[in-house]
Amino acid sequence: MIKIRNIYRTFGQKHVLKGVTLTVNKGENYLLIGRSGAGKTVLLKNILGLLRPDSGTIAIDGVDITQLAKKKLEKVRLQFGLVFQGSALFDFLTIEENVGFFFYQHTKLKKSEIRKRVTETLALVGLEGIEDMHPYELSGGMKKRVAIARAIIYNPKIIIYDEPTTGIDPIAVDKIVNLIEDLHQRLAITSVVVTHDLEVGLRLADRLAFLLGGKIIFEGDKNNLEKSKDERLIQFLKGTSGGPIREMEV
Amino acid sequence: MGLIRGLGELFHYIGSISFFIKNIFWWLFTKKRDLKSLVREVIFIGIDSFPLVSLIAFFIGMIIAFQTAYQLQQFSSEIQLASLVALSLVRELGPVIGALIVAARSGASITAGIGSMKISEQVDALEALGVEPIDYLVVPKFIALLVCMPVLIIYADFLGIVGGYVVGSTKFAIPAGLYFRMTIDALRFKDILSGLVKSICFGSVIAFISCYEGFRPFSSIDVSRSVTHSVVRSFMLIIITDCILTALFYFTWV
Repeated sequence: MIKIRNIYRTFGQKHVLKGVTLTVNKGENYLLIGRSGAGKTVLLKNILGLLRPDSGTIAIDGVDITQLAKKKLEKVRLQFGLVFQGSALFDFLTIEENVGFFFYQHTKLKKSEIRKRVTETLALVGLEGIEDMHPYELSGGMKKRVAIARAIIYNPKIIIYDEPTTGIDPIAVDKIVNLIEDLHQRLAITSVVVTHDLEVGLRLADRLAFLLGGKIIFEGDKNNLEKSKDERLIQFLKGTSGGPIREMEV
Repeated sequence: MGLIRGLGELFHYIGSISFFIKNIFWWLFTKKRDLKSLVREVIFIGIDSFPLVSLIAFFIGMIIAFQTAYQLQQFSSEIQLASLVALSLVRELGPVIGALIVAARSGASITAGIGSMKISEQVDALEALGVEPIDYLVVPKFIALLVCMPVLIIYADFLGIVGGYVVGSTKFAIPAGLYFRMTIDALRFKDILSGLVKSICFGSVIAFISCYEGFRPFSSIDVSRSVTHSVVRSFMLIIITDCILTALFYFTWV
């Protein structure tokens, strides 16, 4: 379970997170939605301990990670699998070395054993025979799948998808969404999906939070979304440019 | 006001790069190295630099020989050509020119490589997978530079001396045996040692600056700026370090 309470984060003069509070329950598919530049990725990096908040607490299974020393934080971080917005595959490594990176770095497993696990995991995301290729040889959709394989191969408790459908064509989007749904059911892990794509988000989510201007303005069941009377949320759901959300308010 | 801000930025830079260097040494001694990544860096930083170093060192040797011979002719002391070329190269020009070549070629590439990894979130991905970026990306490059620089500098010195010999033999018909004997006779242990110490210090400077600058970009435009900073600051520090080491070796040496 992830419990975030009153997180603030500033970059220079820019206040990106202004008191974010939310709760992700164990086993659920949680959607964090908001406009581009709303601070979603910053919030994610805080959850992973890649950034530290200026104030507030982030508890992972009851442990406040904002107070942890680097070594302990690294252990907590390995409970997460993270799929980055741009896939973030290592350019200089093969697909096998990318997907098996965790095992190469943290275990003494034999190369043949790692390759076997990589092949199995790639099959799980619908890819085969690409172990010896490099990331630059793959399409955007395939890179996303490889990034998902790299994130799930070490059985993390929580998997975080940062804009999983950005920059890929509609057919690939559908495949990725189906894959995320399928993995969530098969692996029974907690998933946090961060996106600005409402259609994709609503297909995936059990519960969701809407981030605007560094604050959560809605959190709850997706079925309650349309009952909300918040005009900013209504504007976002309708996707209209006119309304209370001003251009600068991201 | 601008001066105060500039000084503030300078102290901030010195403070953060000192912290960065401390982390490099901490990781250097706390983990067993992966030989494969070390070999990859040695090939890129060292072996791939040989053609450029060869070309420049050879011609620098020839240029020094031409300039020296022009002066020596006035005193009919052309025979001293070998010793002057050797001393200029081994004490100063070999290490400095070699370091500037490596800073421009490998240092710039290191900054660009780490910088593009940073902006494409690959550095974050390393951390998310429980790997410390300094340990994985910086330490192998640092070790490779420490290993490769002395070898490259000795090689540059040798090729420069050969370049000098080409001028000496063609213009003044100095025999090969005499030229190389005079070269060896001119060099003292201190000259060779100072060249090696300089090469190790310059290698460290290049590693610290180029890697540190690589972690600074936040966008693609920052990457090109960081590469420029990396090369300019490496050049400046190499020259300053050279001045300090020369003073130490030749004015405080007992």
